[in-house]
Amino acid sequence: MTGGEDGALGEIVDGVRRRRPRAIGRAISIVEAGGPRRDTLMDLIDGTPPPVVGLTGPPGAGKSTLIAALVSAAREAGKRVAVLAVDPSSPFSGGALLGDRLRMTRHSGDTEVFIRSMATRGHGGGLSAAALEATAILGAAGFDTVFVESVGVGQSEVGIMSIADLVLVVLNPGTGDEIQTLKAGVMEIGDVYIINKADLAGADDLERALRHAQLVIPGTEHRAEICRTVAADGTGVPELYAATGDLLARLDEDGALDRRRRVRVTAAWEQLAGDLLRQWLRERGGVPPAGRVRFGELRDRLWALMDEVLGDTGTGGET
Amino acid sequence: MSLSNERSRWEREVVQPVVRRHPERRDGRLETASGVPLERVYLPPEGADGAAYRESLGFPGEYPFTRGVQPTMYRGRYWTMRQYAGFGTARETNERFRYLLDEGQTGLSVAFDLPTQIGYDSDHGLALGEVGKVGVAIDSLADMEVLFDRIPLDRVSTSMTINAPAAVLLAMYTVVAEKQGVSRDSLRGTIQNDILKEYIARGTYIFPPEPSMRLVTNTFRFCAEELPRWNSISISGYHIREAGATAVQELAFTLADAIAYVEAALSAGLDIDAFAGRLSFFFSAGSDLLEEVAKFRAARRMWARIMKERFGSDSPRSQALRFHAQTSGAALTAQQPDNNVVRVTLHALAAVLGGAQSLHTNSRDEALSLPTEESVRIALRTQQIIALESGVANTVDPLAGSWAVEALTDELESRAREYLERIDREGGMVAAIGRGTPQRDIEDAAYRYQREIEDHDRLVVGVNCHEGIGDSCIDVMGFRQDVHDAQVSRVEGVREERDGAAAASTLAALRDAARDPDADLMEPIVEAVRAYATLGEICGALRDEFGEYRQHTVV
Amino acid sequence: MENTVRILIAKPGLDGHDRGAKYIARALRDAGYEVIYSGIRQTPEAIVEMAIQEDVQFVGLSLLSGAHMALFPRVVDLLREHDAGDIVVFGGGIIPGPDVYELQEAGVRAVFPPGTPIKKVIDFIEATRQELPAL
Ligand SMILES: Nc1nc2c(ncn2[C@@H]2O[C@H](COP(=O)(O)OP(=O)(O)OP(=O)(O)O)[C@@H](O)[C@H]2O)c(=O)[nH]1
Ligand SMILES: [Mg+2]
Repeated sequence: MTGGEDGALGEIVDGVRRRRPRAIGRAISIVEAGGPRRDTLMDLIDGTPPPVVGLTGPPGAGKSTLIAALVSAAREAGKRVAVLAVDPSSPFSGGALLGDRLRMTRHSGDTEVFIRSMATRGHGGGLSAAALEATAILGAAGFDTVFVESVGVGQSEVGIMSIADLVLVVLNPGTGDEIQTLKAGVMEIGDVYIINKADLAGADDLERALRHAQLVIPGTEHRAEICRTVAADGTGVPELYAATGDLLARLDEDGALDRRRRVRVTAAWEQLAGDLLRQWLRERGGVPPAGRVRFGELRDRLWALMDEVLGDTGTGGET
Repeated sequence: MSLSNERSRWEREVVQPVVRRHPERRDGRLETASGVPLERVYLPPEGADGAAYRESLGFPGEYPFTRGVQPTMYRGRYWTMRQYAGFGTARETNERFRYLLDEGQTGLSVAFDLPTQIGYDSDHGLALGEVGKVGVAIDSLADMEVLFDRIPLDRVSTSMTINAPAAVLLAMYTVVAEKQGVSRDSLRGTIQNDILKEYIARGTYIFPPEPSMRLVTNTFRFCAEELPRWNSISISGYHIREAGATAVQELAFTLADAIAYVEAALSAGLDIDAFAGRLSFFFSAGSDLLEEVAKFRAARRMWARIMKERFGSDSPRSQALRFHAQTSGAALTAQQPDNNVVRVTLHALAAVLGGAQSLHTNSRDEALSLPTEESVRIALRTQQIIALESGVANTVDPLAGSWAVEALTDELESRAREYLERIDREGGMVAAIGRGTPQRDIEDAAYRYQREIEDHDRLVVGVNCHEGIGDSCIDVMGFRQDVHDAQVSRVEGVREERDGAAAASTLAALRDAARDPDADLMEPIVEAVRAYATLGEICGALRDEFGEYRQHTVV
Repeated sequence: MENTVRILIAKPGLDGHDRGAKYIARALRDAGYEVIYSGIRQTPEAIVEMAIQEDVQFVGLSLLSGAHMALFPRVVDLLREHDAGDIVVFGGGIIPGPDVYELQEAGVRAVFPPGTPIKKVIDFIEATRQELPAL
C-alpha cells in the first residue's frame, strides 16, 4: 500500500470496514503519525466507538495478564475484542520496547482478537496521543470492546479517563500499594478496584484498606466495586468480566457514560483548538507587534467565529 | 592441632583408605617436568592458623570441600572426558555410540532434538524444521530401543540432557533395560532434570513450575528407591551463564535452584540423605581463569555449608558438590574461529584447576554450526593435553593459597550469598522466578556485557580488536533435511502397530494420577511408555492436566 | 514526515536461547526504534499476525537451532500472502554461508551472523527505511 493520496486512505478505510487486519494496522499507524493524513483518515472513519475499558495500575501489577484473561472471557461471550497496550517511550532515545503483548500470546491465531502495542511518544497521561483515534478505528472495524492498558506510574494514570468508558485500577497485595495509591490520587479515577495476585499474602489487608477508603465511582454517588483476581490462572476473571458488563450498563442508564464521553470530546476539542492556534502562530511567525492587538475585538470575533463553526454542538452530543 | 598433625590425620584417616582402594596414577608422572616431586597437597606454611584453614578450606575430600571432593583428585584418576553427541535418527546415533564404545569410551551422553525436549512428537506442527537438528529425535519406546540397541546398559553410564520430559525419557531407559534383562539397580547415569533453569535461562519448559517440581521430586523418589546408582538431577548453572549471567549470578542461582529442589523433596517426605548424594551440578567454564577457579571452589564450600547448616546433613556424600563442567559457548566467536581453540583451552584449564569431575570441551566452530568431526577431535585433544602434559593434574587444588584466588573465592561466596538472601526474602527460587527477578538480573548482565563489547570497554580478540587478519575458512557441517520424513513415518507406524486400547488406557491412568497431587507419576509413565504411548501423547496428557507455562520474559 | 520505525524481533522455532534476540530488541530500542519482542517458540503464522497487527516495517528473526531454512522463508511467504510483502524481513543466528545465499534468494533481506555489532543492524535499517512509503 502506498501513501500520499486520499485514494489510498480511502482504500485503507474500506479495508478497516471490511475488518482486514492489514488495513486496521496501517490505519492505526497513520493516526499515530499524526498530521493532515490522520485528520483526513478520521473524517472517513464512521460509527460510534465501542465501549472502551481502561486498565491502569503500577508496573507489573498484572494488567497485561489480566487483559489476556478478560479477552478470553469476552471471547467466550462471543465478542470480538481489541486491545491497545501502551508502553512508555524512552525520553532519551525516543525508542520503546513494547512488551505487553507477550502476555497475550494465547490469543494468537484468533482472528477475532486484535492486539496493538503503542508507545507514548512523549505524550503525557500514560497514553499515546493517538489512542482515542485508534479506538474509533477499532470500532469501525467492528470490535465490540476495546481494552486499553495504560502506563501506570505516579500521576499519569489519570490519562486513562480521557479515553476509557470504564476504568479498572489494578493493585497488588503486599506491595504497600495501599498507601501509595491512596496518595497518588488514583483513588479518584477507578470504577473498579482489582486486587490482582490475590494468591499472594496481604490480599485481606489491601481489601480492608480499599473498603475503608469508601471509594466512589467518579461522577456518581455509587460505591466503586472491589474485586479479587488471580490473573495468572484466571481465578475471579469471569466474575470481573461480568461485573464490568453490568457496570457499563448501569452507568449508561444513569447517563454517566454519556457525561463522560462529553467531557472527553470537550477535552479533545480543547486540545484541537489549542493545537491549531499554536500551529497557526508558528506558521505565521508569531503575533503582530505588541500594542496592535486589540483583545476585546479579537475576543468578539473569535467568539462569533466559534458560534458559526461549532453552533451549539459543544453542548450537544458527540460529533 | 597443628597443621602438620592435621595433615598426618588426614593422610591416615582419609587418604589411605581411598588410596588402598584406588591407587594414585602411575601413567602420568607426579612430579614437575624437571623432576621436582609434587606433593599430594600443599598447605599454608607451618605456624599458620590451623583452625582458620580448616574452617575455610579444609583438606581435599573433607568438609567444606573447598579444595575438592576427593582426597587425591586427579592424582587418582583424571576427570571424565565426556563429549556429548546425538543427531538425526536413533539409528544413526546408535551407530555413533557403538563406535565410541568400541573406541574405549565408557560413558554415553545423549543430546535430544528440540521437539523431544519440549514433548512433541516429530509429526507435530511445531516440530517443523527441528527434527533431529540439535540432537536425536525420540518419539516412543521404539526409538529408545533402537538408540540403545546392542549396548549393554549394565555396563555403560548414560547421561541424558533432558529436562521437562525427563521422567518420560528415564522411564523409557528403564523399560529398554528391562527388555535387555538388566536390573534397575545396575543402571548408571544422569538425567539433567533441572526444570528451574529452563524458566530462567534455557526455555525448554513445558508445564508450570508447580507440577514440574512434582515431576522432579517423583523422579528423585523413583531413583532413590529403584535406581540407586543414578544421578537424579544435574543442577545446571551452565545455561544460566550462557544466557548472560555473571559468574556470581551463575553460582547464586544454581545453588538457589538446588535449595529449591531439596526443599521440594523434603516436603514430599524424602529423607535428605536418601537423595542428596545423588544431586550433581553442572557449571560453565569461562575465560576469566582466576574468577572461574574461585567460582568452583566457592561453589563447593557454599554447598557443603548449606547442606550442613541449612539442611542439617552430616553425610559427606550429601555435602560434597560434584560437578560436570562445559566450556563456555557464549565466549566463542564466529570471527577467526581458530582462536576458539585457545579460548577452550583456557576454559578447560579453569575447570581442571577448579576440580571438575567431568568436562565437555566445546569445538571451535560451535559458534557457527554443529561441529565438524575434526573440530570435535581437537576439543577432546585439548583435554588430553591438559591432563597429560600441563602438569596441573599432579597436585590437588594447585591454586589454593594464592592470595588472589583465595580472596576471589571469599568474595564470590559473599556476593552469591547476597543473592541467596534476597531470594530467601522473595520466598525461594520458585517464587523469585515467578516474579522474574533472576531473569531480569541475567538479562541486564547480558545486555551490559554486550554493550561493553560494542563500546570497546571490553575487548574480545577478533571481535572488537585485532580484527581483520582474515577469517579462516572453516568447513561447516551442513544441516540435515531428510530426518524429518523418516521420523514422521516411524512415529505413525508405531501408532498403527501398537495395541491402541492399551496405550489409551495407560494414558487415562496417567491423567488420573496427574489430577491427584499426591499420586506418584513415575509408575503410570513407565506403564504408558511400555504400551508405546508416544512422548507427545504422554506430555500431551500431562499438558491437559497441568497446563502449559508461558514465558516470563522481561526485556 | 519521518516515519517512526517499528520492528518486530521474533523467535520462530523451538530453541529457547533468546539472549541474542533480547539484546537486539533492547539495543534497537536504545537506538530510537519502537520494538516488539515476540517471545520464544512462535510459529511463522503467529509472527506474521503480530507483524501485521503491529504494522511494523521490519521483522527480525532469530533462530539458533538450525531450522532457519524451514522457517524463515515461510515467514516471508506468509507476509506476501497477507498483502504485507513490503515488510522487510531480516534474520540472525547460526547460519552457514550457503544457507545465507538461499535465504536471500527466498526474500530474507539480510542475514546477520552471531556477534554482529548492533551498528551494522542499525545501518541496514536506516538504509532500508528510505525505500519505505511515508505514512
Ligand atoms: N502470582 C501472581 N502473579 C501474577 C498474577 N497476575 C500476573 N502475575 C505475574 O505478574 C507479572 C507481571 O504481569 P504483567 O501482566 O506483565 O503486568 P503489567 O501490569 O502488565 O506490567 P507492565 O505492563 O510492565 O506494567 C507476570 O510475571 C505475571 O505472570 C497473579 O494473579 N498472581
Ligand atoms: Mg503490561
